[in-house]
Amino acid sequence: MSVLIFAELDEGKIKKSSQEAIFYGAKVAEMTGTSATAIIVGPADDAELASAGRFGATRVLHATDAKLTEPNGMAYATVVAAAVQQEGSKVIVLAKSSLADAMTARLAGKLKAGLAANVIELPNLSNGFVVKTSIYTGKAFAYNELKADTKILAIKKNTITPEEKDGTASVDPFTPALNEADFAISVKSTEKSSGDILLPEADLVVSAGRGLKGPENWEIVEDLANALHAATACSKPVSDLDWRPHSEHVGQTGIKISPNLYIACGISGAIQHLAGVNSSKVIVVINKDADAPFFKSADYGIVGDVFDVLPRLTKAVRAL
Amino acid sequence: MKILVCVTSVPDTTTKIAFTDNNTKLNKAGVTFITGPYDDYALARAVELKEKTGASVTVLNVGEADTEPVIRKCLAIGADDAIRVNAEPTDAYFVAEQIAAIAKENSYDLILMGRESIDYNGGQVHGIVAEMLGIPSISPVMLLDIEGDTAQITREIEGGKESLEAKLPLVLGCQEPIAEWKIPNMRGIMTARTKPLKVVEPTGTDKLTTVDSYELPAPRGAVKMIPAEEAEKLIQLLHNEAKVI
Repeated sequence: MSVLIFAELDEGKIKKSSQEAIFYGAKVAEMTGTSATAIIVGPADDAELASAGRFGATRVLHATDAKLTEPNGMAYATVVAAAVQQEGSKVIVLAKSSLADAMTARLAGKLKAGLAANVIELPNLSNGFVVKTSIYTGKAFAYNELKADTKILAIKKNTITPEEKDGTASVDPFTPALNEADFAISVKSTEKSSGDILLPEADLVVSAGRGLKGPENWEIVEDLANALHAATACSKPVSDLDWRPHSEHVGQTGIKISPNLYIACGISGAIQHLAGVNSSKVIVVINKDADAPFFKSADYGIVGDVFDVLPRLTKAVRAL
Repeated sequence: MKILVCVTSVPDTTTKIAFTDNNTKLNKAGVTFITGPYDDYALARAVELKEKTGASVTVLNVGEADTEPVIRKCLAIGADDAIRVNAEPTDAYFVAEQIAAIAKENSYDLILMGRESIDYNGGQVHGIVAEMLGIPSISPVMLLDIEGDTAQITREIEGGKESLEAKLPLVLGCQEPIAEWKIPNMRGIMTARTKPLKVVEPTGTDKLTTVDSYELPAPRGAVKMIPAEEAEKLIQLLHNEAKVI
């Protein structure tokens, strides 16, 4: 009956967003009088797997079939569905991500599950099973009642701050039957910037817009991001102009992020841009135009020239 | 080749969202409804494939009668015919069930839709449809080319992208830059009026999720302005006051 958490790996380590999901799942387990089990797919060492215990999981099911080394939403859904069946789980928790999105939908189809995406709080169990989700690209919230027997909660980053404790999870190998049809898509090549902080995972984000005047000027943005250990992002015009890759575009039709800190440099703050970033805890806006609408949605603002302000901020961060 | 494009009718991206009836309904007063921006990319690519290969393009919407202007616009852009499933599209599994039922009847080679609707942002319907049909799903798709029964696809992943190859039939969630949005021309608008739009009643189960109520985010406090000549102070404030660095 345990709550099952799908925890995702990035280069053999449990992703930060998945640590949040484990902690969230453990809290739900506490509320429902059961335990939390994590299902982890792909290569990782035992210490890393057992670290799920620090976030509240008591057990880890580890699926290591060689065919599962590469992320594959369809195959992972088959594995997780088998784990749900073995554990008799009624609640499945995971962190939203591009792999998790692909996996979740297939899983919901297999289990006929009530699905809530972009969950931002622990459920309310006082009258049914109700979860608060972010809708209209962060412009509003909905209280969703999940009526199905099996429930899937896909949580948004920064929904909960994990409190780490001592403890290790016991690790059991998990070897469900795989489905050949899940491997029908062949990956021909992958382009992925390595070593960088993944934007959807980042706690701190430095983002820039057309105010930077050209891709050759991005060094001052990257310098500040490096000093802060932040990820870099950009506005839609910047990705449309190919100054930066689409995977950095945040906004209504790009990536939606909810970091602790979002610093917007030379971005005026169109409503479509705000939609993608307004769940950030703290927003800083730097723009030379004092009338830029973004200042109205910011916590801190500087009216100034990004070419002057950014290098000085970088220096100040390094001096901390 | 037969292509099904599933579209949503959603508030324009500039809409200021508000609710009525004790926060249980969207306040539609003064709201312009548009084709979901991601769905619009899917439709544009479908129409390009139609022009290139002579494919047929059917538009499908799960929605109540007030979505018909959006459906007519899709027909004006170049879809051949349309189906509306007469139901409020509020639960991902329910919506997927409607699409899967239509797809089973008509066996499409390609089912395209946006990566997510911009009202509920779940991004799940394409995957559930594919699971129900027992075929592969891929999202978010940035590039799509079809040769014979094989699709060449570029998909965005976190921090990059990957090139994929898969056999039809497929369900794809689309996003830019798969195609440029298309604007209907006068001839398209005229012919759209007489293109077939079939209305069918929903099938399947009860909804697995319902929304009890809505809420707007609390407004942010007043912005604290820092003079540019004292920009360094910002870092102190982020460190000591906001405690985010």
